[in-house]
Amino acid sequence: MALPSLTLLGQSLLSGLFIGALYGLLGLGLSLSWGMLRQINLAHFALAFLGAYLTYQLAGAGMDPLATLAVIVPCFFALGVLMHWLFARFSVSTFNSLLVSFGLTVIIEALIQWLWTADFRRMESAYGEARFRIGALYVALPELLTLAMAVALSFATWAALRYTYLGKAMRAIAEDAPIAAAFGINVRALSLLLSGLCAAFAGVAGLCLALSYTLAPGQIYAWLGVVFAAVMLGGLGNPLGPLVAGIVIGASEALTMAFTAPAWAPLVSFSLLIVVLLARPGRV
Amino acid sequence: MRQRALAGFAAAGLTLSAVPFFGLPAFYESFLYLVFHWIVLAVSWNIFSGYSGYFSFGHGAFFGAGMYTTATLATKADVPFLWTLPAAALVAALFGIALGAVAFRVRRLRGELFALLTLAVTFVLATIVLNTPIDGGPGLVLSAVPLPAIGPSPSSTFYLLGLALALATLWIAREVQRSKLGTGLFAIHDDEDVAEVLGVPTYRYKLAAFGLSCGLAGVAGGIQAMFISYVTVGETFSIAVPLYVVLMSVLGGSRHWFGPAVGAAGVTALLYAFTAGDYAVAGRAAVGLILILVILFLPEGIFGQAVRALERRRVSVAPAIDAAELPAPTAAPPAEGKTLLEARGLSKAFRGVQALAGVDLEVRRGEILGLVGPNGSGKSTLINVVSGHFRPDSGRILFEGRDLAALEAHRIARTGLARTYQIPRPFAHLSVLENVALPAMFGRDALPRAEAESEARRWLAFTGLAAKAAALPGELNLHQRKFLELARALASRPGLLLLDEVFSGLTHVEIDDAIRLIRAIRAQGATIVFVEHVIRAVMELTDRIVVLSYGRVIAEGDPRAVMREPDVVAAYLGKPHA
Repeated sequence: MALPSLTLLGQSLLSGLFIGALYGLLGLGLSLSWGMLRQINLAHFALAFLGAYLTYQLAGAGMDPLATLAVIVPCFFALGVLMHWLFARFSVSTFNSLLVSFGLTVIIEALIQWLWTADFRRMESAYGEARFRIGALYVALPELLTLAMAVALSFATWAALRYTYLGKAMRAIAEDAPIAAAFGINVRALSLLLSGLCAAFAGVAGLCLALSYTLAPGQIYAWLGVVFAAVMLGGLGNPLGPLVAGIVIGASEALTMAFTAPAWAPLVSFSLLIVVLLARPGRV
Repeated sequence: MRQRALAGFAAAGLTLSAVPFFGLPAFYESFLYLVFHWIVLAVSWNIFSGYSGYFSFGHGAFFGAGMYTTATLATKADVPFLWTLPAAALVAALFGIALGAVAFRVRRLRGELFALLTLAVTFVLATIVLNTPIDGGPGLVLSAVPLPAIGPSPSSTFYLLGLALALATLWIAREVQRSKLGTGLFAIHDDEDVAEVLGVPTYRYKLAAFGLSCGLAGVAGGIQAMFISYVTVGETFSIAVPLYVVLMSVLGGSRHWFGPAVGAAGVTALLYAFTAGDYAVAGRAAVGLILILVILFLPEGIFGQAVRALERRRVSVAPAIDAAELPAPTAAPPAEGKTLLEARGLSKAFRGVQALAGVDLEVRRGEILGLVGPNGSGKSTLINVVSGHFRPDSGRILFEGRDLAALEAHRIARTGLARTYQIPRPFAHLSVLENVALPAMFGRDALPRAEAESEARRWLAFTGLAAKAAALPGELNLHQRKFLELARALASRPGLLLLDEVFSGLTHVEIDDAIRLIRAIRAQGATIVFVEHVIRAVMELTDRIVVLSYGRVIAEGDPRAVMREPDVVAAYLGKPHA
């Protein structure tokens, strides 16, 4: 086996970093809702794709892709609030949240297929073509935007949870909701807020998906395994975890692809996940 | 009962196998084959995941292992199709057992994590199959493999194969549910730790049920490989199999062997109805919506809910038992004074907290030993270590000459040692009677179910719960739950009974009841160790007490004398500043 050249290696590491950032961005909301609300929200992926298709639609109508966030974020926030209201109303257990949100995923997938058909869709925008050159390496603007948003949102969430009153109250809820309520924290309202935020993060991730990837309804499931691996490796409820773990996974996938065949890449993340589950189940 | 069921299965099999000979269009036979196919997958999944509550999202992997085994053997080794099916079962079962042997060793790996682990395994397997000569990318074509002529046409052959496998799977699921294995799995579903402590070999049971479940999925995969005649990685290891299987079981009801079959037939028909009408997308959305509605409104599934409604109507009439007729003593009358249990240098630390720091303890045959000490002194840890819930870091526990320290909890239960929990931990989905019968089935005497139930009825009468035999534990109040806990510990007729704060939370009158009960238990020859804060009960009941503080024994002997020792007073009230 011939070793790949340094440039190729650098380029693949860089693309690993960028795709890892997207894993982290997709995982952020998932990790927060699992770790803090105790809900495993499979529908997070379907929401992200719904966001991506909305971006595609609005951009097709002439809007700047970044400006679509002004529409998508509030709408998705409302969706997230509604979803948590439903879960709380029927006091859905952690495990059942997995099943209910799978049902939601199937419905959203069908909706997407009905509105946009099962054909592949690709958003055309001014961002798509833009790329820089740093030394011998090429960087595409959409990927850079993804990395920037993933880093910004992850750190903002981390800081908010750590330093603001609201964030501390949320951590108290995650620790023990009844006790938090007894100390005067409005558990209901804050949970709704957090769930809304998670869904809004899915919307942002959707924008990034639309910027860099070709969309098809069936692709929803393609991200599921890797992102779950990132979420679990990163530690549930830790806002920086998915980003760091996502980048580690992305980089190792890229290296696997560079040294062997691209088809072996999925083995990396899932093997990592299996090892972590078996060696440190207490982490989750 | 079994004869009647067998007759029913045979009648159903004969009737349904006559169908192809009426000249049904091939199309209907193929549709019915698909119904059978999904029944096999859903029912086999349920044997492990539904009964034990460990939801596997990897059923597609085991199904796929069977598919590729048949496809590989039939195309590359020219093995006749029917002979590949046992191989498909074996490969899938061994794969499942190998995975389970690793996964089930990890104690904290439960529920959601097992689900994700099995999901991940599916993708790993798919990657390996895709990248190795097993598939290599283009897929395997079975169209040249000869199909044995079991029925008058190929489609009827598949129909008959599917029918036979579906009936076999249903029969196995039924037998498992009614066997000890099934009882053990249902107990694992509700509270695995308690099941283990009551004598259920949880590790082996999970492994056995998982292997069975995977093997059946493997056979279904083998037949399906031949049916579709073109096997690809993308179609085989898709997310569809595990998700539809979960949906079907949850929809039908996962606590009954027949529930998933109802769900499978319903979902297959529904999906078909929509595909046939060109509304495949709407059909999938409908399936999603139904899943949500069922989980929110019918948590026991359609069939499960129906069974429950029927059971409510058929109020069980318990045979009247004279409360005075107490069970006979366990063994010969105790030779008092001899050592029954001896602990030497027992230590256990939890991340720096030394809960037990070298405890030496002796329990004499026939005595009631009180274990007292302030909160956090290690009393409950001691009970947890002796009963096998935790393994000690060091030290020995000799019980009738055997060292318990290295034994698994279910083996400890079989040596004749039983315990109660401070906060009652009944199996929430088993009736009060089933709760008490379980330790009799899995304890030292390993009684058959019927005898275990009559034994359980005796102990329910003894603890005054006879009228509640058919109720679920959730319907009992705290006092009754504590007594249920006691009845459950007694039902295995233990030689040594460990009671963890039986009296806490009870009223004065209830404590009087409980004291009478414990005296009656002792009168029959049991040796009792009890952890207690209610000093009145300690003084009235115990022959000797042992005082723990910071994981060490600081005093032992006659209750009245010991409670006056300055060290003991200091441990409870603090040292006076002189």
